[in-house]
Amino acid sequence: MIGLSHYLVISAILFSIGLVGVLRRRNLLMLFFATEVMLNAVNIAFAAISHYYNDLTGQMFAFFIIAVAASEVAVGLGILIVLYKKHGSLDLDDLASMRG
Amino acid sequence: MENLVYVALFAPFVGSLFAALFGMSERRIFVGIVASILIGIAFLASATLAYNLLMTGDVVQIRMMDWISAGDFNVSFGFVVDQISVTMMTVVSLVSTVVHIYAIGYMDHDKSFNRFFSYLSAFVFSMMVLVMSDNFLGLFIGWEGVGVCSWLLVGFWYHKPDQAREDNPSISPSWAANEAFIMNRIADLGMLVGIFILYWNTGSLQYDEVFAQLPYLSDAVLKGAAIALFIGAMGKSAQFPLHTWLTDAMEGPTPVSALIHAATMVTAGVFLVIRANPLYSMEAVEGVSFFIASLGTFVAFYAASMALVERDLKRIIAYSTLSQLGYMFAAAGLGAYWIALFHLAAHAFFKALLFLGGGNVMHAMHDELDLFKMGNLRKEMRGTWIYMTLASVALAGLPPLAGFWSKDAIIETAFNEHTYFLWGMLVLTAGMTAFYSFRQIFLSFHGEDRYTALGFHPHEMYKFVLVAMSPLAVLAVITGWFMGSYKAFIYKIGESVQYEMSAHTHHLANYLGLIVIFFAVTGIVIAYLKYARTGEKAWKRDEEKEQGFFYKLLKNQYYVPKFYEEFITKPYMMLSEIFWTKVDLKIVDGTVDSIAKFFYGAGDKTRSMQTGNLSNYLNWMAVGAVLLLTIAAVSAMIG
Repeated sequence: MIGLSHYLVISAILFSIGLVGVLRRRNLLMLFFATEVMLNAVNIAFAAISHYYNDLTGQMFAFFIIAVAASEVAVGLGILIVLYKKHGSLDLDDLASMRG
Repeated sequence: MENLVYVALFAPFVGSLFAALFGMSERRIFVGIVASILIGIAFLASATLAYNLLMTGDVVQIRMMDWISAGDFNVSFGFVVDQISVTMMTVVSLVSTVVHIYAIGYMDHDKSFNRFFSYLSAFVFSMMVLVMSDNFLGLFIGWEGVGVCSWLLVGFWYHKPDQAREDNPSISPSWAANEAFIMNRIADLGMLVGIFILYWNTGSLQYDEVFAQLPYLSDAVLKGAAIALFIGAMGKSAQFPLHTWLTDAMEGPTPVSALIHAATMVTAGVFLVIRANPLYSMEAVEGVSFFIASLGTFVAFYAASMALVERDLKRIIAYSTLSQLGYMFAAAGLGAYWIALFHLAAHAFFKALLFLGGGNVMHAMHDELDLFKMGNLRKEMRGTWIYMTLASVALAGLPPLAGFWSKDAIIETAFNEHTYFLWGMLVLTAGMTAFYSFRQIFLSFHGEDRYTALGFHPHEMYKFVLVAMSPLAVLAVITGWFMGSYKAFIYKIGESVQYEMSAHTHHLANYLGLIVIFFAVTGIVIAYLKYARTGEKAWKRDEEKEQGFFYKLLKNQYYVPKFYEEFITKPYMMLSEIFWTKVDLKIVDGTVDSIAKFFYGAGDKTRSMQTGNLSNYLNWMAVGAVLLLTIAAVSAMIG
């Protein structure tokens, strides 16, 4: 029987993968993907817990997150395109211009 | 009447502000004239108030506005014009008017002419606040105001460099100004404590309210208040041991010495004791009052003894001021407040005249004040000679001039109180006073001409200056004749100021007066024989005698300034140095600096985090998030 803990473990694994991606990746596009993975990990946790408690609020929240993530990706990709046109690269090591 | 009070009070203030407008610009003669006219107006207003008070006997009391109102504490800007304050107002404004006009001539060549008038008028305003206030706090404001103006005016020629004490006992104007200010600050602390004690125990600062409650206060409170207030008076009136500043204050321009350090400000201490006469005549403070009288007598004698050997014209007059202040305190301490006040007024007139005459001599001799370099100036400066002789006769206490009546009354008081030792000292001092004031007259105006050989070409002061001095000369002569009517005038205040000689003293009054006159005449005759003669018997400097023990002791002011320097100033400097290098630099600054250094170092170490690389930032962000989570988890577990 698949219970709440299974979902939560999946969610945690996905979140960790996303986090490692955010921390290790150098390409901005890959960072975006990693962020999406983290967001969806959270969505899974929301949906699972919502079902567990029989409360729809969590699932509604998951929808909100999907909507916000979609618009964020739209804006973010726009910025990425501009950055790419400007610098010819999306590598973070190349983009470091504000050294303290 | 109310408007007249405001005019008397604020005309000098307006004059000061007006002169201040031109403070930084070059000499403009009308500044002096406008300031003088405004002071003259203040005098007219004061005189009208005095006349009105004399005729109707109505004391004017006004409340201009509330000043401080905090909880139960209420002080208003209030003024009272009664017999005591109107006497002071008239004397102050009259002498100020003369001094202002005099200063137009005296400060003629000074480039800070306008600034001088601004300060001088500001002083008159402060003095008016001091004498007119109807509460202790207003008095204190005026008290501090005159202190500041005195500081500004003594240090008026602040650009003069410091000299060694051997060459110039007052070192420099700015040094003298600081000395005066600091010494007064010490005494003012005492006065402030006195005011606190009175407020604490009576809940009011108004004179009449405080005095009405005096009989209900305990003896200790009364004694404490009386002592503390007198310490304030000792500073302002330069009584031993806070007296050294007064002679050093002679570094200021002569009009300042005449107005502030002879006629008005230094009498503020006497005024305070007279104003607080209900306190000082309480039975519980009898000891304090007797101490005041004894100290006054001592200072009278002490200052006169130093004047005997002084060579500096202005310093002699300063010593005589000290000595006369001692007389005033003697009278006030013995309970004869009205006699003290009368002597204060008479003294203001002839002492201002003496100082202004001294200023003329100084002006003529190009700032040379050494009497040994003068002699026979009378043929060049006839007007000044007459004025100064008049003033000296008044000071020496010969009838019928002002000084005789008031000083004789003080001496008689000492006799009447059966304090025969004080009486003897005061009589002896009267003789010394006559000697040193005529020594000064004879050395400067009589005897052999000593200045031509030294290349001086003295000339008489401007005519208008001499004319302006004439009111003082007239008053120095006639003031004493009105002693009886003044007594009737001031007796209206109430019993506390009334003082009558006993029948026994009254019986002997003529003989007592004769004794004083005898001593004074003896002093003058000795001075004449020693200093005034010409030809073969002319006075010659006796270098050998100047090396004698007593001569040196007196010349060095009993080594009191030396003592202060060695045992107060120098240890204080050393302590300050230790506190500066050890405490301030090491501990206080050290703490502040190390805090700053810590943050600076931390910033310096951590700024390598700012690589500009987004990936690094994200790593740090993750570290932070983990840290926060950990803290949250730990605190949840603990909580």
